[in-house]
Amino acid sequence: MSLTVALLSIAALLGAAGLAIALARSVEATRIIYGLCFGFSLILFVAAVVPRGAAALTAALPLGLPWIGAHFRMDVLSAFFLAIVNLGGAAASLYAIGYGAHEKHPSRILPFFPAFLAGMNLVLLADDAFSFLVAWEFMSLSSWALVMAHHHDAENRRAGFIYLLMASFGTLALLMAFGLLAGSVGGYSFADIRDAAHGPSWKSGLVLALVLLGAGSKAGLVPLHIWLPLAHPAAPSHVSALMSGVMTKVAIYGFIRIVFDLLGPPEFWWSMPTLTLGAITAMLGILSATIQSDLKKLLAYSTIENIGIIFVALGLALAFKANGMALPAALAFTAALFHVFNHSLFKSLLFFGAGAVQGATGERDIERLGGLIHSMPRTAFVFLGACLAISALPPLNGFVSEWLVFQAVLLSPSLPQWSLKLLVPAVGVALALSAALCAGCFVRAYGVAFLGRARSIAAKDARETDPWSLSAMSGLLALCLLAGLFPSYMIDTITPAAKLFVGGHVPTQGDIPWMSIVPIAESRSSYNGLLVFVFIIFSASVAALIVRRFGSKAIRRGPAWDCGYPDPSPATQYTGSSFAQPIRRTLGNVAFVARDHLDMPPPGDTRPARFGIEVHDRVWDGIYTPILRGVEFCADQLNRMNYLTIQEYLGLVFIALVGLLLVIAIWP
Amino acid sequence: MGTLAFDVAHLFAGGLVLISFMLLYQDRMTGLINIFALHAVVLSLSVAWQAYVQHSPHLFLTAAIAIIFKATIIPLSLQRIMVRLRIHRDIEVVGGVGVTMLLGICLVALSLVVILPATAAADPLAREDVAFALSVVLLGLLMMVTRRNAISQVIGFMSLENGLILAATGAKGMPLVVEISVAFSVLIAFIVIGIFLFRIRERFDTVDVQELDRVRGGGR
Repeated sequence: MSLTVALLSIAALLGAAGLAIALARSVEATRIIYGLCFGFSLILFVAAVVPRGAAALTAALPLGLPWIGAHFRMDVLSAFFLAIVNLGGAAASLYAIGYGAHEKHPSRILPFFPAFLAGMNLVLLADDAFSFLVAWEFMSLSSWALVMAHHHDAENRRAGFIYLLMASFGTLALLMAFGLLAGSVGGYSFADIRDAAHGPSWKSGLVLALVLLGAGSKAGLVPLHIWLPLAHPAAPSHVSALMSGVMTKVAIYGFIRIVFDLLGPPEFWWSMPTLTLGAITAMLGILSATIQSDLKKLLAYSTIENIGIIFVALGLALAFKANGMALPAALAFTAALFHVFNHSLFKSLLFFGAGAVQGATGERDIERLGGLIHSMPRTAFVFLGACLAISALPPLNGFVSEWLVFQAVLLSPSLPQWSLKLLVPAVGVALALSAALCAGCFVRAYGVAFLGRARSIAAKDARETDPWSLSAMSGLLALCLLAGLFPSYMIDTITPAAKLFVGGHVPTQGDIPWMSIVPIAESRSSYNGLLVFVFIIFSASVAALIVRRFGSKAIRRGPAWDCGYPDPSPATQYTGSSFAQPIRRTLGNVAFVARDHLDMPPPGDTRPARFGIEVHDRVWDGIYTPILRGVEFCADQLNRMNYLTIQEYLGLVFIALVGLLLVIAIWP
Repeated sequence: MGTLAFDVAHLFAGGLVLISFMLLYQDRMTGLINIFALHAVVLSLSVAWQAYVQHSPHLFLTAAIAIIFKATIIPLSLQRIMVRLRIHRDIEVVGGVGVTMLLGICLVALSLVVILPATAAADPLAREDVAFALSVVLLGLLMMVTRRNAISQVIGFMSLENGLILAATGAKGMPLVVEISVAFSVLIAFIVIGIFLFRIRERFDTVDVQELDRVRGGGR
């Protein structure tokens, strides 16, 4: 029943895409289409969370390849991700009802937005490689169209091009992975792949590498992350929220589905590339975020960091599962899925906030913002909440999932392999560092953009955003708080998926009194978000009361103390780059070869002194530039193939044919 | 009946391969077209025999298409084109007949090596037919590669199509639609290429495709 409803709603979303084309000239199209998207997303969400039996639901539709058709299946994992996707989709649609009204060319976005939602939902429900890849490509292409919505900007066109390249590369890797999984028999339905026993062989290692490439390029795993910081600022904010908060999660779903489900029992070394890449991704992501001054780029890099955390948790789950340690594996798996859920909430919220700021001021550069807490108090409040959540501060939800990841890291000494015993603590250190840097990064983002005084006229004249956007943001913030206060409910929701994919489950949390969570044993660790919340509220109120009672009774506003410099210009404030300077000097010289250049004229020279920062992208310089050069070289070499005679072309075909026949003859 | 059916089918298919070899070394234009007509006749006999053996009367239609279009109309039209272009007395320089023939023999060997093990389970008649058909296809392709004259290339292409039809009729139960479409594709190819021949002739006074390359003047 749920599956039927879900499929019908997806069809309805596709219908909405068609309707958007029909309504292209209508003024009301924005409200109608986003309203429809909101409604269908909610239906899909309900279909995903409504209680079902333990068995997976399946359906086969006569679509796609003749005689094979398209298979769909909804199990606990699909349902969990379906809920995340549609929660994000509903929030983005609600936000867009208000935000989309400012759009100059809504007809460039409206048809693709429902199609994008439908594509993501289809990926989660697909039960054969063909439908999966078609849905995956559909998702990529519709999101590409959304990135290209403002294509008059050359920067956006470049972003769209790089995104398209990375997306097709990822699909190619997944295609080859499925080819290897299906084997020579060619059973492309997931049921066939599951049944075909995959013994430990070079093949499963190759599939793992291909899936890391394919899903990693979509999720934003370093070094395949380059498209995120380009594409997210290019897309309209509700779309960037979807791409960052939700689509990367669909990629994680693909990784889990293939590696935990289809590939058979894991081997311990599978976890090592996953852990290493995850840790590098987390570190590099947050370091890049810390030195960014474009708000949406900063958020995109922070997404990369969170993807790293999720991959570390999944790597841990693989390591524990391969060693038959069901409880730690379930803990790591639960932590990964919990963080997937949390990140989808607060990252969508942050992008909505960035969109609201951009809508109100026309600025994305935090160096030109400031003081927005006065002009946009409500947006500032929800953005602050999201910053606290993503910085993993209790009692919000980000803390719980990161805490669970660290609980899993702390169990690593019981792993039998020495390589993992040494690797996991190192990864844990990287995670701890990136969590701390993340807090610093968001202090900087919030402090520079919302506090202080306005650095530009646009920031000074900002107006509060519309109620639709505010309601979407407040709803997400409420969910962040709820998931932080009652994590036991979320953990128990994930438990069936953990049971299915890693063969174990953390103890049921719902029965524990006072809403505590005890992932392993009471003697080891426990956490109670509600208690922390009550304590914070209580102590803060008492402190406020005492200050009011015994301190100065009257509130007065005076000029900020200016350290004795009577310069009223807002340019004298602490800037984002000055905030980032310590990090840039200590860690950035390794990560980005960052250098400061000071050009101080000698006394008597009237030219101004200049201070410049030089930052390199090591991934781009080290990996993509050589690849580009190689492609250019090959293209130059192949260029002369343009001028062959017809016989020579025929001869090429002929030689290729004979060569292939020879291969068959020699190697049957 | 079993061995007779096999032997006769074998005879026709082998004959088709032999005629492909004749096409390969024939350098006179008129002779080439006559041999192509013979190729089509043998093909239609082979198809007709398959129709008789497999009791599938629709294959007779294919045989008729082959004999009417490929053995009659197309050679006649090509002769007329050549007369109009005044190249019917031309002799094309076929470089290295010996080498070409040796290559052709290697191709036949290759197709036998590829097909026979791959179709071990199939019925022997179909196996042999498919092996020969692949040889005919490869020989046709070889002819297109080695010839410079546009008409020889057209004939090479059509002998390749003949090989495809041989393969299609050798296997039982191929629906008629395929044969008709194949026949029509050949016809269309012929018409299109015929028109192009006149175009080329009008522009450049020759149908030697090397002249075309000189006109295009690539960066060679």
